[in-house]
Amino acid sequence: MSLSIHPAAADGPLTEVTASESALRRFLHGLPGVDQVGAEARAADLATRSIKTDAKRWAIDMAIRMTDLTTLEGQDTPGKVRALSTKAVQPDPSDPTVPSVAAVCVYPDLVEVAVEAVRGSGVQVAAVATAFPSGRSFMDVKLLDTRRAVEAGATEVDMVIDRGAFLAGHYGKVLDEIQQIKAACGDAHLKVILETGELVTLDNARRASWLALAGGADFIKTSTGKVTPASTTAVTLVMLEAVRDFFFATGQRRGVKSAGGIRSAKEAIRYLVLVNETAGPDWLTPDLFRLGASSLLNDLLMQRHKQATGRYWSTDYLTLD
Amino acid sequence: MTDTPVRNTRVPDMATPLWEYAPAPESRDIVTIDSSYGLFIGGEWVEPSDGTMFKTVNPATEEVLAEVAQAGRADVDRAVGAARKAFGRWAKLPGAERGKYLYRIARIIQERARELAVLESIDNGKPIKETRDIDLPLVAAHFFYYAGWADKLAWAGLGPDPRPLGVAGQIIPWNFPLLMLAWKVAPALACGNTVVLKPAETTPLTALLFAEICRQADLPPGVVNIVTGAGETGRHLVEHDGVDKIAFTGSTEVGKQIQRTVAGTGKRVTLELGGKAANVIFDDAPIDQAVEGIVNGIFFNQGHVCCAGSRLLVQESVHDAVIDKLKRRLGTLRLGDPLDKNTDIGAINSSVQLDRITELVSAGEQEGAQRWQPECDLPERGYWFPPTVFTGVAQSHRIAREEIFGPVVSVLTFRTPAEAIEKANNTPYGLSAGVWTEKGSRILWMAQRLRAGVVWANTFNKFDPASPFGGYKESGFGREGGRHGLGAYLAGGVH
Amino acid sequence: MARVDVRKTYKLYIGGKFPRSESGRSYEIRAADGGFVANAARASRKDARDAVVAARKAFAGWSSATAYNRGQILYRIAEMIEGRRDQFVAEVAAAEGLSTRKAAAVVEAAVDRWVWYAGWTDKFAQVFGASNPVAGPYFNFSVPEPTGVVAAFAPQSSSLLGFVSVVAPILTSGNTVVVVASEQRPLPVISLTEALATSDVPAGVVNVLTGHVDELAPHLAGHMDVNAVDLTGLAERDTVELEQRAAENVKRVVRPPSREPDWNATPDPTRIMAFTETKTVWHPMGL
Repeated sequence: MSLSIHPAAADGPLTEVTASESALRRFLHGLPGVDQVGAEARAADLATRSIKTDAKRWAIDMAIRMTDLTTLEGQDTPGKVRALSTKAVQPDPSDPTVPSVAAVCVYPDLVEVAVEAVRGSGVQVAAVATAFPSGRSFMDVKLLDTRRAVEAGATEVDMVIDRGAFLAGHYGKVLDEIQQIKAACGDAHLKVILETGELVTLDNARRASWLALAGGADFIKTSTGKVTPASTTAVTLVMLEAVRDFFFATGQRRGVKSAGGIRSAKEAIRYLVLVNETAGPDWLTPDLFRLGASSLLNDLLMQRHKQATGRYWSTDYLTLD
Repeated sequence: MTDTPVRNTRVPDMATPLWEYAPAPESRDIVTIDSSYGLFIGGEWVEPSDGTMFKTVNPATEEVLAEVAQAGRADVDRAVGAARKAFGRWAKLPGAERGKYLYRIARIIQERARELAVLESIDNGKPIKETRDIDLPLVAAHFFYYAGWADKLAWAGLGPDPRPLGVAGQIIPWNFPLLMLAWKVAPALACGNTVVLKPAETTPLTALLFAEICRQADLPPGVVNIVTGAGETGRHLVEHDGVDKIAFTGSTEVGKQIQRTVAGTGKRVTLELGGKAANVIFDDAPIDQAVEGIVNGIFFNQGHVCCAGSRLLVQESVHDAVIDKLKRRLGTLRLGDPLDKNTDIGAINSSVQLDRITELVSAGEQEGAQRWQPECDLPERGYWFPPTVFTGVAQSHRIAREEIFGPVVSVLTFRTPAEAIEKANNTPYGLSAGVWTEKGSRILWMAQRLRAGVVWANTFNKFDPASPFGGYKESGFGREGGRHGLGAYLAGGVH
Repeated sequence: MARVDVRKTYKLYIGGKFPRSESGRSYEIRAADGGFVANAARASRKDARDAVVAARKAFAGWSSATAYNRGQILYRIAEMIEGRRDQFVAEVAAAEGLSTRKAAAVVEAAVDRWVWYAGWTDKFAQVFGASNPVAGPYFNFSVPEPTGVVAAFAPQSSSLLGFVSVVAPILTSGNTVVVVASEQRPLPVISLTEALATSDVPAGVVNVLTGHVDELAPHLAGHMDVNAVDLTGLAERDTVELEQRAAENVKRVVRPPSREPDWNATPDPTRIMAFTETKTVWHPMGL
């Protein structure tokens, strides 16, 4: 993608593209293809970066600051959410230099609990809305889901796209939903979950990325975490390319969130390398990159202790929430 | 939070590092380099007959690594004699037994892979990332692949009575020292030949360590002999009457000399020579992967690759988009200490090669092409050249015709597939080519018309022991790798 | 009163036409018994140059013709010779000093040789190509392709069967060829060119020069637009200088045998493969 292929409208991002169903289709199918083998090879190559000492310390703290600490289980309770939120604000009670995470991510009905628990900390509360994770419900239900979450204090909304509509080629329907949810979000930031594991191909991931960006997504997010595969480095690479190219086309910087299956500090650092060398260093901020995870945080803390003390650490010295 | 004002959207500034990767040097301790090396002849280390030695240096630091024996005519004669003496028994050894020696070698290479990777990086200047992840795995795989052929030659489809040729004289270049050794030695031995190998003058050390590996494998003395030296040593080998076969990888100029030298002698020859590959990018290419392919095509191994994609042919309608992306990507390449695990571009192998690159690059500028290089700090010591892109290149420019063998890509444009083919084939070389398009039928149309021995479609610079490699036209003749690679070392059939 | 027969003028065969030598020269051809037979055109280096130009021009079409099509055309040549069997038998008998019976056997073998190679056109790539199991998500295949323009020297003794045995395998894979016919026994081959011209062989695919081998060979061996040189017909000659000239553009060289082989021996596909290049194509396999 570049200016010379898809000139962006001057008065707003891609308004020409979203003007009609056929224009949208032409645009999305006019995007350059993604060669899966090549994309995976590039992601694998970047995974060989060796991040040591100061660079590693910086990366661990950045990864903590980028984490959306997540609990999205049927068995979630206010108690669980309060515990998680407390950890989000102060991940390591033994070390006040550990930064807070970016956000806690919960179901809409638990937003209030989380908001109360993180109040005044700067930690954001994200709600998964729109009939998460499948998105299979009525539009008015999805809108209500979103509005109620925002009213409850969510400052970020993680919506899911209608994968069925996307795979059936009804891009206008997907776009319309995103635009409506965006409007319902008000000031809350919208993360659009593509659920790339269900879109299957990287070509689809690229098209869905642009579709979501055209619809007003502040972030594009890989996965719900409920589908395998969830985030992969290859799909994140493709999505980072999309936000990078979107920036060159529109001048606007949008974010990427990789979610699901990222459990170790080593993996998290690989994602940071991807960000650094794909979208660029400007994206190395929680404003533009997030890691959606639950168990990752403790591994980051373990590695942080290792870096600080030279000893391999034990979870006995961390909180299990 | 997201609507940051627009900066310059053409070629963005990637040079504001928030996050500088700390040095991540691979340990050198794994390697022991002797102060001086003799010649490996008949399974023994021997001194050169006239005592002449030369130095091999680390091109990244100009540090002298070791003194190495310069084999003269008498030494080459001795090595050929040892190979001849070993030939009879080696050729008569059942193929299955020969194969087991090669399997042993493959295993020892795997066991000592890191040591070899570090040594290769030090002697050659190439990044440890490449020696570790590309050269060494391919070296081991090559021995493993040909080991399995040793007892199956009758099934190779190369004639009913495949027989070894005898003594093979093998001369290899400095760009992939150990990998080129593997490409030469593995098939030769599998087919029952014995070898006298001459590594390149500037990169002898891994071949000398390979000699130790042959000893660890208990390879019979004389089956592999290694004579170090410069062009003169190679000349003695080519001229030697006791040599039945010459296999050479290197420049087209020297290849022609070799072909002239062996004229009328009956010696069999295979030549793997220079190239000036076209890497053709169509407007419907997977652009991001194509950019990676361009980078891998010309900046892999500092562009010291005979099959490098040194002529970038971009369809005019996507020229600006591709070049913008390419430049942005080049801004992320990390040039420096070859032993740093994050280094993408290492050192130029020698001052001689650096001079040649520098000369051709200034010729490119004088002829009117536009030179572009990313911001790039070059180390003070050692031989270095930054990644370089020439745009506005005409077919008639020297940088579009001559092999630069460095990190320099010349960008040309085309409008139609027919024009792409005409320009791609408009060279005396014919080693490799690349095609990037999402349209399958166009790939096959292009692949059929490109006069090149290897065509990479939607990929570039991929190698595998099962995949034949070699050129058309002045890029040489014969194939290395795969079933076809056996033909270079067998008599009595199709080759 | 006996009728005065109409004799044939023996000319060159270049680009599908039958020109005299541009040099205006000819040389005497004598039968095996020493009697005068005809004057053959004595080709010059400029004729050789023109022949290479014609061969290069014909290469794109011939090499990209379907293998089936090439096979049918080579088979058609066999049909044409068979149809003019008596003429070839007489010419071979005269040229090589053979009895009619032996000459007939030679002509039959020559016909059969075309048929043998006609059958190879759509098979050699299957036999000598490969699908290569590389260690990665790539489809990788190798195919033999024609080298390009080949300069060949036909055997000196076996005027027809030797010629066919050298030229047919070169054509099989799609090369085009400039052949210097047997210096002393060129006439059966001149007649063969007439069969070629009526066998749907495209103009320029086969070009035949008659004349002095020593005069033509250096120009062909050194020609920068010739990709390969077949010295088979130069048995018992010193070809060192020719091989050295061939190195100037890294030609593929088929060296001469120490003596002319028995062309009745069963052929093998070695000669086809000697004038091919193996091309290997990689493509990723992904979604």
